[in-house]
Amino acid sequence: MKRLIVFIKQVPDTAELRIDPKTNTMIRTGVPSIINPFDMYAIEEALRIKEKWGDTEVIVATMGPPQAEEALREALSLGCDKAILLTDRKFAASDTFATSYILSKAVEKIGDYNIILTGKQATDGDTAQVGPGIASWLNIPSITYVKKMIEVKSDYAKIERLMDYGYDIIEIKGKFLMTAIKDLNEPRIPSFRGKMAAKKAEIPNWDAAYIGAEDKNIGFLGSPTRVVKAFSPPPKQGGIKTEGDDIETAKKLIANLKESHLI
Amino acid sequence: MDKRNIIVVGEVNNGNIHHVTYELTSKAAELGERINGYVEVLLLGYSINKEHIKRLFETGADKAIIIDNEKLGLLNDDYFVANIRKVLERENPYIVLTGATPQGRAIIPKLAIKLHAGLTADCTDLDIEAETDLLLQTRPAFGGNLMATIKTPEHTPQMSTVRPKVFKINENYNKKENIENIEFEETNSLIRIIEMIKSEEDNVNLADADIVVSGGRGVGNKENFSIIYDFAKKINGVVGASRAAIDAGWIPYPHQVGQTGQTVSPKLYFAIGISGAIQHQVGMKSSDYIVAINKDTNAPIFNIADYGIVGDLFEIVPKLIKLLD
Repeated sequence: MKRLIVFIKQVPDTAELRIDPKTNTMIRTGVPSIINPFDMYAIEEALRIKEKWGDTEVIVATMGPPQAEEALREALSLGCDKAILLTDRKFAASDTFATSYILSKAVEKIGDYNIILTGKQATDGDTAQVGPGIASWLNIPSITYVKKMIEVKSDYAKIERLMDYGYDIIEIKGKFLMTAIKDLNEPRIPSFRGKMAAKKAEIPNWDAAYIGAEDKNIGFLGSPTRVVKAFSPPPKQGGIKTEGDDIETAKKLIANLKESHLI
Repeated sequence: MDKRNIIVVGEVNNGNIHHVTYELTSKAAELGERINGYVEVLLLGYSINKEHIKRLFETGADKAIIIDNEKLGLLNDDYFVANIRKVLERENPYIVLTGATPQGRAIIPKLAIKLHAGLTADCTDLDIEAETDLLLQTRPAFGGNLMATIKTPEHTPQMSTVRPKVFKINENYNKKENIENIEFEETNSLIRIIEMIKSEEDNVNLADADIVVSGGRGVGNKENFSIIYDFAKKINGVVGASRAAIDAGWIPYPHQVGQTGQTVSPKLYFAIGISGAIQHQVGMKSSDYIVAINKDTNAPIFNIADYGIVGDLFEIVPKLIKLLD
């Protein structure tokens, strides 16, 4: 049997984030959690590959607190076969170095696989470092920003990767990790049957000891980076506002831009 | 005190050095003055422009380390990681800076793991902590709603990827030319870059643009987007779009600005027919100057626009094009 592993992250829904106008800080309470939008494309692609290949298991996994189980159930409802929750107090405060280590240890515990998929980046941290980081720990190739799968077999793939100048066409032999962007596909919505199955599914919790993660590489102490401070940027405020679409309005805008040396 | 190596891992496209390399070289030279730094620029590429290399010394480099080989003409991540790693292990740098471009974001996270280094992504500010000489790296998270300053106290190198166009290039360093050429080392790779396809359109490099002209739902249909293209051309801008316009199929995905698209911070940003949902705002809020044109006076985009026009884009934009003639 072939196997695909999808790593997802539960993130706050940015659409629901509000800034407290008095304190200029982010209001996080009451903000619903969702699957990181980029990870939805990774899940969808895994399901499509499974449909193409047949005889394939899609395992979805995440690292997080117990409530991250919700995100896994949503992934199961879309059609993933199994879910794993990596959860342990020792994992808390892991930076991208420690997180990619923990996820790579989970891969080793899972065993054999063909492709690891994940989103380009998470919309809370925005680092885009964990995907390539996992590949680095596992010593496998990583292809970032995947926009199209031209061909995908169990031990060979031909892929398009988005770059700033256009895109690259890449061939890969053997197992690899890829990070998905929005161009890749259009995620499906869960079926009723999927939802029912997801509700009942058993989701195993794996801790540090179970995956053999060494203390020196996990959590706060295993993370090379330290947050010195976090702050909200100064609030952006509206400036000039005019009404109308006549020639005078257009002239005023052009004059304003010229005065400000913007054009 | 011994010199502390600061290495800028540069970027070469088609033999040309990317401007972010000069930006980081100048910043490295500035930071280096405070920590007895020695600025080295490492370049991997093919047929690298000699004049471009010379300019590194004007912009702050003490030394350039060059690996010029046909096999580095395309971005095979494995070749880049292995060859950069070899140099970094030999030079034992205190700080490593790279552009937060698709290339930098593909290879640097892999290197950071191999080197057991701390890596901070997409920095928008760098500084030195006075008491410790550590690199202070400031970066946005939550799409710019939160800023975090990060340091790496016990591991070297201290690594950062830095957004292009954040730092200014300083051409006044005039350092002595000092170039070391290193042989490319062949490594095993299971990937092969078959082809690099340039975008059929001249420019969708939104991250690099000084002016971005974006259209949204208000543009109405695919044909109408020509008005956005015309205006962008006239004002030397790059065309962007909101998610609504992308999802409607009016314009391809590489143009998308926002949470599931690109983050841009040009000098001048036009939001035309874009209401300004938070998912769009996180991708463009840090632009220096925002102009919004929208029929709906209550559109949230006006809350962050430096210059808002409540009006019909189909009336106002053609007039702007005409006035720029």
